[in-house]
Amino acid sequence: MENDSPNTPSGKDAPVSDGVPKPEGPANLIDTDYVIGQDNVTASRFGLDVDLHGKVFSISALTILFFVFITLALQDQVEPIFDAVFAYLTGNMSWFFLLAANIFVILAVGLIFTPLGKIRIGGAHATPDFSYTGWFAMLFAAGMGIGLMFYGVSEPLTHFGTALGGTSMENGARTDWAPLAAAAGDSDGALSLAMAATIFHWGLHPWGIYAVVALALALFSFNKGLPLTMRSIFYPILGERIWGWPGHVIDILAVFATLFGLATSLGLGASQASAGLAFLFGIPDNDVTMVLLIVGISAVALLSVLAGVDKGVQRLSQLNMVLAFLLLAFVIAVGPTLAIATGFFENLGAYLVHLPALSMPFGREDANFSQGWTAFYWAWWISWSPFVGMFIARVSRGRSVREFLIAVLLVPSLVSVLWMTAFGGTAIDQVITDNFQGVKDAALELQLFTMLGQLPLTSITSFVGIVLVMVFFITSSDSGSLVIDSITAGGKVDAPKPQRMFWAIIEGVIAIALLLGGGLAALQTAVITTGLPFTLVLVAACYAIIKGLLSEPRD
Amino acid sequence: MFKKIMVPVDLAHAALLQPSIDLAADLAKRYQAETCYVSVTANTPGALARTPEEYAQKLAAFAKEQGELHGQEVSSRVITSPDPVADMDDAILQAIHDTGADLVVMSTHLPRRLDVVVPSNGGKVATHTDVSVFLVRHRD
Repeated sequence: MENDSPNTPSGKDAPVSDGVPKPEGPANLIDTDYVIGQDNVTASRFGLDVDLHGKVFSISALTILFFVFITLALQDQVEPIFDAVFAYLTGNMSWFFLLAANIFVILAVGLIFTPLGKIRIGGAHATPDFSYTGWFAMLFAAGMGIGLMFYGVSEPLTHFGTALGGTSMENGARTDWAPLAAAAGDSDGALSLAMAATIFHWGLHPWGIYAVVALALALFSFNKGLPLTMRSIFYPILGERIWGWPGHVIDILAVFATLFGLATSLGLGASQASAGLAFLFGIPDNDVTMVLLIVGISAVALLSVLAGVDKGVQRLSQLNMVLAFLLLAFVIAVGPTLAIATGFFENLGAYLVHLPALSMPFGREDANFSQGWTAFYWAWWISWSPFVGMFIARVSRGRSVREFLIAVLLVPSLVSVLWMTAFGGTAIDQVITDNFQGVKDAALELQLFTMLGQLPLTSITSFVGIVLVMVFFITSSDSGSLVIDSITAGGKVDAPKPQRMFWAIIEGVIAIALLLGGGLAALQTAVITTGLPFTLVLVAACYAIIKGLLSEPRD
Repeated sequence: MFKKIMVPVDLAHAALLQPSIDLAADLAKRYQAETCYVSVTANTPGALARTPEEYAQKLAAFAKEQGELHGQEVSSRVITSPDPVADMDDAILQAIHDTGADLVVMSTHLPRRLDVVVPSNGGKVATHTDVSVFLVRHRD
């Protein structure tokens, strides 16, 4: 039976069907005998209902416990191991990260201009669940909101300093951290190189990584009828085997990366927010403040997770969007307005000019920069991609592929350019024009506030900055809990509420345990090393996207 | 007294909901009312259906079967949501408004401590609508 009238779901005489009707409008479902949730364990004990994928849930929970335990108990032993693995990855595999990220960007940009861009996620007649503003606010808050707060000032400034310092050689190898060939003594050249390098790390490449994961997941879930979990991406390659151990391993790895990524950044973020509060309001910067911050952030995240995507995550993301826009508008208005306005286009131009050299995977002279900065960032974005990608996929039903890629790739990249130009540009301007060295000398977490301190209304803007940091953490934490809950429930998004509460709480608990016991930075290193296996997942996702899109009906 | 009875159902737990479904049929017979079966389902593929449309078909078939069984007028309505667990109450309230139902018959679990943080859907609906709500207890 063909379901040709999808807009009339009610009606007492709808015929009974054995086959699967297509999604809204023409689409091409994958024919599989797997029933979503067939491997799930359902139980009801002590007034709690559970509906979990037995293997994925139990093994991820045990792995997480194990890692928390060894990080706490054997801190001095595991830290060098994590560091060595990570150094090996960024040192020897940097070409792989750079090459793969280029492929993702080329695919994502390319698809915008092909006829495949017309295909709609969820079937030809699917309608979006969220408004443009709500959707975009969620994409941005999940993707990089928090990072922009911390690195918006510090990264352009750092690259500016190293580029201005020029290159230095020792035993035939570069010892400086400047991007490309640096710009010794040339402050205009250093400025444009610094902005290009920063935008490179926050522009098309990270969003290309997210877009690939999100598009593959959305396509295989909404158009192909597979569960919304990482393993579904591998269907074109592994076929029915994804329902067995290969699939379990992929999902467990995704849970691991998401949970520890969130817990470690929550812990490190709390220590940074605490330093900010001490700097601004003289609140003592100690364990008590940090634990209270984590408890507070987790509590709000818990409420938001209970309120769900629409009423929780979406509203908080929109709040953040407004606050971030106000802060941005303020910096542009009272900072060097003209320099920022012209800088936006100059930096965009510098980015495009330097892009080929910056993204070159082979024969790099600037090993410190390309391995220590670029490969580090790529591994970092990629280790976050299961979480961000899955969340973006979940809220993107009803968008066409072209619309999706423009919103996930181009618009956020332009916002990053503007943000970096405003915040980084203002800080660099303070150095060049006013010879103010305060920002450069401040600790990383204080650089934003030191920069704001040179502008009027410091107490208001700094307060907005602190609120932004916290709400961005809340939106990461709640969307992350939703993602982990759905992976550990075998792709179900309607598992009982206590499960998502469990993950939101466990995140806070792990963050506190690691904060007090030590090992946050070590474990974060371990998380970033998951970037390597996930790069392979992403390469598979590229193949899956092309294969999946080609098999969709086109008019 | 009642013209349209709305019965929220989750086809995945139809057996558990049988008491409320039976009760609704009895009431419909008594008042010559129409019964409208309503489901809130995820827009992602799920255990029962791989698309919202497939779920809608299954619910329509279920409604038809109930209608024939009791010889009553029935209809069905599916509301899709990106997060059905969280949007359940609001979706049911919206459906009451949209269908013009004047009685809701729905299952609810026994009171428990967890209700403080996660209130029951039945309780939440009853406190947020001006139509009559009949909550049928089930022991899970």
